Amino acid sequence: MRDIIIIGSGPAGFTAAIYAARAELKPLLIASSVEIGGELMNTTEVENYPGFPEGIMGPDLMAKFQAQAERFGTEVVYDDVVELEVEGPVKRVKLGNGGVEEARAIIYATGSAYRKLGLPEEEVLSGHGLSWCATCDGFFFRQKTIAVVGGGDSAMEEATFLTRFADKVYIIHRRDTLKASKIMQQRAFDNEKIEFIWNAEVTAIHGDTQVNGVTLRDTETGDVRALDLDGLFVAIGNDPRTHLVHGKLELTPEGTIAVEGRSTRTSVEGVFAAGDVIDPTYRQAITAAGTGATAALDAEHYLAALGNENAAEAVLETEFAVVD
Amino acid sequence: MTARAVTEATFEQEVLKNDRAVLVDFWAEWCGPCRAVSPILDQIATEHSDKLDIVKLNVDENPNLAMKYQITAIPAFKVFEKGEVVKTVIGAKPKPALEADLAAFIS
Repeated sequence: MRDIIIIGSGPAGFTAAIYAARAELKPLLIASSVEIGGELMNTTEVENYPGFPEGIMGPDLMAKFQAQAERFGTEVVYDDVVELEVEGPVKRVKLGNGGVEEARAIIYATGSAYRKLGLPEEEVLSGHGLSWCATCDGFFFRQKTIAVVGGGDSAMEEATFLTRFADKVYIIHRRDTLKASKIMQQRAFDNEKIEFIWNAEVTAIHGDTQVNGVTLRDTETGDVRALDLDGLFVAIGNDPRTHLVHGKLELTPEGTIAVEGRSTRTSVEGVFAAGDVIDPTYRQAITAAGTGATAALDAEHYLAALGNENAAEAVLETEFAVVD
Repeated sequence: MTARAVTEATFEQEVLKNDRAVLVDFWAEWCGPCRAVSPILDQIATEHSDKLDIVKLNVDENPNLAMKYQITAIPAFKVFEKGEVVKTVIGAKPKPALEADLAAFIS
């Protein structure tokens, strides 16, 4: 049995691994099969991660995280967790390949998943002009007219990135102010290929086999209109990825995993959670890395106490043995 | 076994005139999910080499084919039989999910 298994390979998971490995806990990190590195793998330039004054590409940053974790002895497995047993002193993690790993402690850092618009045509048109990944799919919209839905940093970043390819990029936002940071907003405002459509929500996506437009509803007046488009990129936020722990760990009203105070301790002993999956508010690479470090320290503390308990029990057993 | 690369020059011979079912992986260097799913495809290619031929097409280097097959998202996997597309799967998926999508061609 291992001391610790870390589930997730974003900034939280790998930072937890760096700390746990340096504490000589020989962590096993389960990185997923096709989403290794997490959300930053689908971004371009990361400009707000300290220590990289010139900026760094998201995938390059994650490669460095991983290299640093592996340097101290983290073992990385490229598979998905399909089932998790968290009760009791031995935690069990079942993998996609059928294997089972056991550990005394778990750090759960599965991050979040792209939020969908919730429209029935989304399923059919996904990958046919409807996308959640500008860096993957922007290339196919050269000289086209497209739109990004959303008002946060990722919407601004995607829209700005997409102007490399598209002739025209609308940003559709349901309010009249943006949540995005000032610098990202300004970049979008200054870009002549970008046009904002305020107070609008997408109520339908048009096209049988390929996106050719959307229906927009004005959130103030209720007016409805059609907008012709060749593609639609959705960046309306993320939801914490908690499906593996439903009914096993307590969640908050926001849907994130509940943790005790400023710690990363969940409702189950020996299970710690870090990163976007516990964070309904900030969701930055640096804050995820921060709680990743906290989780490793919390887990280390837990394991040390467990070690003392086991040692004490061993002593008791010896004493009983003598009494017998 | 690494899936071999095809180009606009070899596509007709390798894919359209292939006697067997052949899966074309439309990918690009700058696409993270494409790189992530690539080893999974290699595994499927090895395990089912008797049933399904698997090849890779770089969309950067072969834009005309990407346009012809209306690729707007990658990774995109298209299975060809007798020169016709008989199945399309879009997006990087874990191996069991991809195997389920391709069940008709590999089981």
